[in-house]
Amino acid sequence: MQTPEARSSRATESAAQAVEAPPPPDPVEVDSAPKGSEPQTAAAVAPPPAPPVPGSEADALARAQAGDHHAFAQLYSLHKRRIYSLCLRMVGNVAEAEDLTQEAFLQLHRKIATFRGDSAFSTWLHRLAINVVLMHLRKKGLSVISLDEAMEPTPEEGPGRSFGAPDLSLAGSIDRLALERAISDLPAGYRLIFVLHDIEGYEHNEIAAMLDCSIGNSKSQLHKARLKLRDAMRTMPRREGRR
Amino acid sequence: MIDNPNNMTCEEFQAHMPELIGSGENAAAHPHVQNCALCRALLADLETIAEAARSLFPVEDPPEHLWEQIESAIKHEEPSRR
Repeated sequence: MQTPEARSSRATESAAQAVEAPPPPDPVEVDSAPKGSEPQTAAAVAPPPAPPVPGSEADALARAQAGDHHAFAQLYSLHKRRIYSLCLRMVGNVAEAEDLTQEAFLQLHRKIATFRGDSAFSTWLHRLAINVVLMHLRKKGLSVISLDEAMEPTPEEGPGRSFGAPDLSLAGSIDRLALERAISDLPAGYRLIFVLHDIEGYEHNEIAAMLDCSIGNSKSQLHKARLKLRDAMRTMPRREGRR
Repeated sequence: MIDNPNNMTCEEFQAHMPELIGSGENAAAHPHVQNCALCRALLADLETIAEAARSLFPVEDPPEHLWEQIESAIKHEEPSRR
């Protein structure tokens, strides 16, 4: 269940970078796994990496790390939509989402020189933004849990709770306000997984890297989030009434 | 692991759902779903929720002025870091 819109928007972002990138001289050296899982020791035997292609994200990243302000602006342009949307869906409030986006990019500016490429840059940036959001929710005194706690399995919500009469099916009748309310009532950990997967369109392996959890954990937490939303939506009064 | 998907109970199927859905398989084609109205309705609801999230909440651009604020905050910070 992957979002077509998210796929296309991400494809567009990737394409924007790919357009200016000529074919690499040696396909063997291309890092096809964006998670950057290559051990550092590989550098001892491999030839030095090719310099970043001008105009690419890698180029902007290298220049921003060296203090180039225009390059940092380019990184902002590349990632602002996803980071802002993440913040917006996590807090459900435009003004707070702007503040959090600003804080995330300010922290990025402070820390960018420390990025070593052990993970994809977008994964690293999302991790940073997620921590900013969770910290904010904690300061607000909401029932917020740490990232580790958010990813703990909750066995009390095992199978069996989903039995119910089929006539209570949602039957495609979800409206935006009702879903927005149900999402905002989700515990932060569930909300995070739901936003990352179902709204932003990240895959489980990407979410697992962002949240430092297993892929299976990401799948089960998403499932529980959807079950909770289903329960919430089924108990909400419908505008048109249920016959 | 369940030996025979045709003999799954609802409880077993629902325990298997996160992996089934998360793996990208066509969960609606699962033998249990074919024969169980309750689990079919559950699956349809979860798909409805996921699809609603995609269509109702597109990824949005932040307002234009946000970059100016960030830029200004960066400039404000920089002298103190030297």
